[in-house]
Order: sequence, then structure tokens, then C-alpha cells
Amino acid sequence: MNLVITAPLSQELSNLEYDSTKHRFDSSWEPLLSTLLGWGRAAGADFIEFFLERVNYISCLAEEDAITSISPRITTGAGVRVFRGKADCYVSTNDLSFFGLKAALEKGLSIMGLQLPAPNSYIPEVVLEPLRDYATTKTKENWLTASSSMQEMGEILLSANQTLKTKASHIQSRRASYFRDWQEILVAASDGTFARDIRLTQSVGCSLLCADGANRSSINQRAGSTSEPNFLRGWNYTSMAEEIAEAAGKMLYADYVESGTYPIIMANQFGGVIFHEACGHLLETTQIERKTTPFIDKKGEKIAHENLTAWDEGRSDKAFGTIDMDDEGMPTQKTLLIENGILKNFIADRAGSWRTGHPRTGSGRRQSYTFAAASRMRNTYIAPGQYSLEELFASVDKGIYCKKMGGGSVGATGQFNFAVDEAYLVENGKITKPLKGATLIGEAKEIMNKISMSSQDLGLAAGFCGSISGSVYVTVGQPHIKVDSITVGGR
Amino acid sequence: MPSIQELTATAQESAKKLGIQKYDIYGSAVDETSVQVDEGEPKQVKASQRSSITVRVWNEKNTMGVASTTDIDAEGLELALSTAREASYFGVKDHTPDFSPEATAALARSLDDKAPQAPVTALVEKLVGAEKALLDAHPAIKGVPYNQLAQRDIDRFYLNSERAARSEGATYSSIYLYSKTEEDGKKPRSAGAFRIHRSLEQLDVAGCIQEAQEKTISHLNYEKVKTGKYRVVLSPDAFLSLLGAFSNLFNAQSILDKQSLSTPESLGSAIASPLLSVCDDALHPDNVAVTTFDGEGTPTRRVSLITEGVLSGFLHSAGTAKRLNAQPTGHANLGAKVTVSPHFYHVFAANDKGENLSLETANHVIFVDELHALHAGVQSLQGSFSLPFDGWMVNQGEKVSIESATIAGDFRELLKSIILVEPEAELTPAGVCPRIWVEGLSITGE
Repeated sequence: MNLVITAPLSQELSNLEYDSTKHRFDSSWEPLLSTLLGWGRAAGADFIEFFLERVNYISCLAEEDAITSISPRITTGAGVRVFRGKADCYVSTNDLSFFGLKAALEKGLSIMGLQLPAPNSYIPEVVLEPLRDYATTKTKENWLTASSSMQEMGEILLSANQTLKTKASHIQSRRASYFRDWQEILVAASDGTFARDIRLTQSVGCSLLCADGANRSSINQRAGSTSEPNFLRGWNYTSMAEEIAEAAGKMLYADYVESGTYPIIMANQFGGVIFHEACGHLLETTQIERKTTPFIDKKGEKIAHENLTAWDEGRSDKAFGTIDMDDEGMPTQKTLLIENGILKNFIADRAGSWRTGHPRTGSGRRQSYTFAAASRMRNTYIAPGQYSLEELFASVDKGIYCKKMGGGSVGATGQFNFAVDEAYLVENGKITKPLKGATLIGEAKEIMNKISMSSQDLGLAAGFCGSISGSVYVTVGQPHIKVDSITVGGR
Repeated sequence: MPSIQELTATAQESAKKLGIQKYDIYGSAVDETSVQVDEGEPKQVKASQRSSITVRVWNEKNTMGVASTTDIDAEGLELALSTAREASYFGVKDHTPDFSPEATAALARSLDDKAPQAPVTALVEKLVGAEKALLDAHPAIKGVPYNQLAQRDIDRFYLNSERAARSEGATYSSIYLYSKTEEDGKKPRSAGAFRIHRSLEQLDVAGCIQEAQEKTISHLNYEKVKTGKYRVVLSPDAFLSLLGAFSNLFNAQSILDKQSLSTPESLGSAIASPLLSVCDDALHPDNVAVTTFDGEGTPTRRVSLITEGVLSGFLHSAGTAKRLNAQPTGHANLGAKVTVSPHFYHVFAANDKGENLSLETANHVIFVDELHALHAGVQSLQGSFSLPFDGWMVNQGEKVSIESATIAGDFRELLKSIILVEPEAELTPAGVCPRIWVEGLSITGE
């Protein structure tokens, strides 16, 4: 293959003009971006990356029997990342014109102590690969128009709210909400990366607040999907309404949990937040760089119970954290994190890979153009185990069944915590009464060896993960698991 | 960003072209730079210039729609106006939001408080120095994994089709230091500190280093605490965290939505110990992030929320004020549904300050310095919380760090169980507040 490398004189910089397609990221952007990348390299940067983004977002909220909010948002922006040695800088802008991107590049270069080459210098363009277009190859171009209209959003949410009304009692308020996030991105980097993708992420949820005198319960549930324009139309809101109505009814009169140390059984699907917080974050190269993970030098060593195997991957069909390529243009892959208790891999973005030596895994993710990519989880789950659900319960004399988890977090020392929205006391292998107000706390290194049993019923759940590069869509998941002992905060 | 005069002219032209008679626009432009360092070297520098606007349009049926965009040239503004008009046909028919009656009222003060931005090299140099000072402070401090020095210019504006037009601008600098210790045979420990000011020159970097250092070292020797009920002292930061988490108590929109622990009838009822008074005051002289008008253009002001234990006020938008027969208070956020949020709390002791207590002489009290995971451990509609915390067991002035424990309770009961509001207030990013003593809170340790 013959590659033609053009070499414009720097004198001509101020006269250059490009006519890219403003409302679409396609190969017409190649001359502009390859020129800018060439300037950056000629200025002395070790590596440069442009990230361009267009977002068409809409959210809709139904309260009681009315639509109370429809909020469209249209966003365009770009970020340029400049590396020089170990240091890097990230400059973002709303201006996607040639001069807007050039100004961002110049700012990034100047921050790193660099400047555009002197007059009469030759500036070779960076040769980009032919556009890797995941949008075209997967026919994503019609996703935006094929999604639900404002009218349809409103009608479906009102129907869901009506269903909630028929399923629950002691209702104080009921809500149904939906959002659609359509995103087009283009990545071009000085190593030749040139890739485009379109993503469609949608989520629906219901929340119910019930009150009876001083007794109150609030239950939320959310479902999410990617790559599925018909998602809202296919939403089984009757099933969701039944589930949260039942949960709210049980929790309305629940006693507060008695604090202490217990064995717990954690339900599948959103129970996977335990692995996400207690281990997943600590396997990101971001944590290795900061030396805030106890697993920093444990690759190949046993860090968890021998019954535990876990994955992080980007390709589950329509799962909430699914992406065909990451936000650095790398195709995603299925990454084995832990196999039978042995740490196999970390989750790495480009910079994390450079700084730690662990291979990239297609995990460079960011909320938007205002963030530099960082190593982030995608669809993360504990693999199914060998036990039956009955065997898990039979192994507990007195413990807690954590059926529905709230959110959680992990700190710089590996200490994690998360809340339980729906819990039950387990006595002699049987569920005996509902409990509320439980918070689980522990240390990653300790808890991973206490996950001693996994059942066969793997389930995934949609979630949002906030970290250094903003809030991203993720999936958490697991089968039912048993944790031999954990501290439960309550009253 | 274009000037407000230019935006007003562009909006008028676009609205006229689209046949839109009634609209308003709230927007902001931010120019910020931040640096992080790692072992004496810059790790990442971030710079961002971004702007965004939210447009509301009322159609001929007087229902309202909203759209937001980052594209504020004529083409972007026109697209936003037309999208908002499309959305307006799905807008609420009852209690449709309207312009604030105070959108053209005089502001309490003008805010044009810009300071020149310092060069990035100065930011890096200052932060590298702070990191070194922390690493040198104690042999057990092995790193400062989270750190950031940032400076930000922000411009905000509001305009509407009835000639309201206001804008303000300010500059802020902030520093965050979070250091971590490692010792053989012991668990890693960590702590942090934060400072904010209007200019980099006046930013209290030394104070931030000192606080991060003292807190981190104070956690080196730690012990488990026995599970039980304790007399607890909440730091200003911890108390304001809880107050913020349960702000639906004062939020008029939440009350109207039945998403609150209060009802319209709660005004005038005793919800806290008579020792406690609370105001929200965006214009407080200690508030670095002062703002003079809200998203609807309403001037901000001081609002009494709790007066000697009695619920004395709500935070309002123009719409909630109209529905509850009150005045707007300058707390609205523009959107398809106008929401309400607090600005800056001022917590202070009522005349009777309560028991004569001191951390220097108290026996076996727990001093809660910082609460974690509020997003997960607060049930704001139920009133309950169960949260991990950093803190110390204090006995006759001697502090011993507490290893991984949680604090739990009901916020309404907590407010009524206050036994002392100390006289000396401290400044935090969320407000001004003294230490608050509370009797009988549940602590889970071992």
C-alpha cells in the first residue's frame, strides 16, 4: 500500500481551511485531524489524541398522572490530550471548528511547555488509518430516528405510573422516568488511530414512596439497555410495578436491622455492586498509578476465594455497559479478571497501560468530552458457581438476605461500603422477616476471600459508576453469593 | 462567550424568525484550569472552556418546553428554541411555570469579581510544594494519591423576552489534598482537606496542608469501637453533610411533590432542639461561591429555615412561592421542571446554648469528622441514615482514631437530640457551622 505523506510549510498554517461535515463525524474530518496531530507531534509532543462528541439526550418524567418534565439536550464538544513524558494535559472546548480545535491544541501544547513549529518548518501530517466506522458496519445510523418520540415516551410512562397505582397500597407518590442518550464519537490519535462509533443508551425506572403513619418505605428500580431503539416499547412495566409494589409493601413495616457481624446471602443482578466496589475499582490501572489498591503486585496470586471467577467485558449483547470501542478508539474485549481466586488481569486505558505496564483492555472511558479517558469498568460480573440457591440458604443459621442493594463506594485504602435497600433476616436457612437500614462495610482484601459460595443464577443489572472520568454506564452482576461474615451497620 | 447584549439580540432575532413570543434563557460559561501532581511531577493538567444554555419557550397554549445546548451561536440558539417549542406541547397544563415576578427586581449587590488566572507553572509549583510538605510531615505518609489545585472563571446570565437581563462573573481557586499512610503490620489510613477562595494568592494552601497532615497522622493509631449508643460530636462538615442530604425538609418543590419529610403545614412546628437555628444565605460574607440571582433571575437573599428549633421557612422558586402563597427566595434551577436547591447554610446557636461541654473535658464521646457514601446510606424520604465515617473516640481531650465504623439514626430524632451548638463556627464549602453535640446516636464498630 502506498501512503502519501504531505508536508505543508508552517508558513501556510494561517491560510489552511478545512470543510468537514459539521453534523456528522465521517472521513471528511481526516485531513483536519491528521494536520492538527502532525502539528502537535512536530511541536514535540510524544502523543496526541482528539476526541470529538455529539450528544442528543432527552429525559422524561411522569409524576402521578402527568408528564412533568421533558428535557432535551444537544451537546457538541471536543477534547485534546497531549502527552509529554510521564505528564499529560487535557483541554476541552465546545468549538469544533478548525480554529477552535487548533486553539485547544495550542493551549494544550503551551501548558506542556511546547509551541507550534517556527515558520518554514516542515510539518508532516500524521497518517491515520482508514476510518474504522463501527456505526456504519453495525447500521447504527438510524438509531436516533428509530427511538421513541416525545409523544411515545409520555404515553408509556403514564401507563407505567397507572400500573403502579393499581399494584401498590399506601402510596404517597409514584414516578416513572426515562432517558435516551444518543452519542456519536470520533477518535483520532497520533499513533494512527481513527475510529467512529454511535451509541444508544436508554434507561427506564419507577419509584414508589409509601407511607402509613410514621412508617415509610421508598423503593426504586431501573432497567437499562444499549443498542436497542425499541427498548422503551418493549419495557415490561407491569412486571417492574409488581416487584417494587411488593418490596415497598414488605419494607413499609420492616424493623431496623440489628447491627453486628453476620453471614449474608446477596441476591443476583444488582448484588454485583459488592464486586464492583470491593474489587473492580481496585483492579483499574488508575488505582495502581495512585498506589491505592492492595492488589497492585498480586497478578498471578490468589486474591479471592477459590470458588470465585470474575469478568469485565464490553460486548454483552445490549447490556448497559456495552461499547464496541472504548473512548480511545480501541475495540473492546472480554477480560478475565479473576479465575478461581487467582488475579489474572487489570483494567487498563492507554495512559494507565503506559504508566503501569499492564496491557490495554479497551477500557478507556469518559462521561463526555470534558473528561480525559481513564480505566473504567464496563460489564463486570462474578461468574456462575456450582451451588444451588437452596444450598446457600441452608448454610446460614442466622444471617441476612440482601435482596436489593443501594449504591456504594470504595476509598483510597480499599475500605468499601454499600447500602441495602431491601433486606430480610435469615434464621435456620429460612427468610423470617423484613429488615431496613442496613449498611455493609468491609475491606476489599478480606471480603474477597469470604465469598465462599456462588449459585448458578447469574443475573446482570444496569448501573451508573462515578469516578475520575465522570459518570459512565456500567453493568454489575453476579449469581446469588454467600459472604461468610461482614460488618452490618444499623441500629 | 458572547456578551449578554449580543445573546439578547441573537435570541430576539431567532425567536422572531420562529414566531416565538415568550422565552427565557439561563446560561453559564466556564474557563477553568486544574493540575494534579504525582511524586513531584505534574501528572495531569486539565483546561476547559465551555458554555451551555437552557432555553424555555411558551407556546400559544401557554404550555412550556425546555431545551439545553452547548452551541450558543445563532444556529445553535435557533435549534434550541425550536426544540424547546416542540417540547412545549408536552408541557404541564397545571401550575405551568412562568417568569419570576422578581426577574427585573434590583439585586442586593453586583458581582463582577474576576481575578487574573495564574499561569499553569505557578499552579504546578504550588501543588508540588504542598505534596512535598505532606510527604515530609511524617515518615508514615507515603503518598498523596488524590490532589488538585484548580482555578475557575465563571460567568452566568439570565434574560427573558420581557427585557430582564442580568449577568455576573467570578473567579475561584481551590485545593484538595488527600494523603495516605502505610506502616508495617497496620492498615493503610488516609485523610484529606479542602480550601477554596476567590483568588489563588489568598488561597489557604498552608492551612490545607496543615489540616490534611494533622488528620492523616491522627488516624495512625486506631482502634475498633464497641457497638452501642454514644454521645456524638458532629464536625461542621459532618453536620452540614446531613443537613444537605435531608434538605427536602425545607424544599418547597419537594414538599409539593410529596417527596419531603415536611408538608405545607409543617411551618411553625418544632422540628429540632430549641438550641439550633439555621439560615440559607447565598450572600453570606464568608460564602466564596456567592451568587446574586437564581436560574429564574430572582435575587438571592438570606432565608430563615429553623429558628430556635422551629421550622420557619422554605426554599422557593417562583412557581412554588405562588402555589404556597409566599415570596420567591432565589433558589430555583431552570428546567422543564423547575427544581429548588440551597446555596450556603449558616448554622448557629440560639440564645440558650445548652450544656457546658467541651471536647477537652468530655469522657468517651465520639467525634465524627467526615461522613462517607451519603449517596448510598441516606434514605432521605424516610429520614434515616446509616453511614461510614472518619472520626475519633475522645476522652479528656485525648483522641484515638476509630477503625471502620458506621453511624446510624433518624435525622429528625437527631435534630431533637442536640444538646449543644458550640459558639465558634467554622467555614466549610457548604456553609458556616459550629460543632454540634448530639445525645444517643447508634455506632456500629465491633
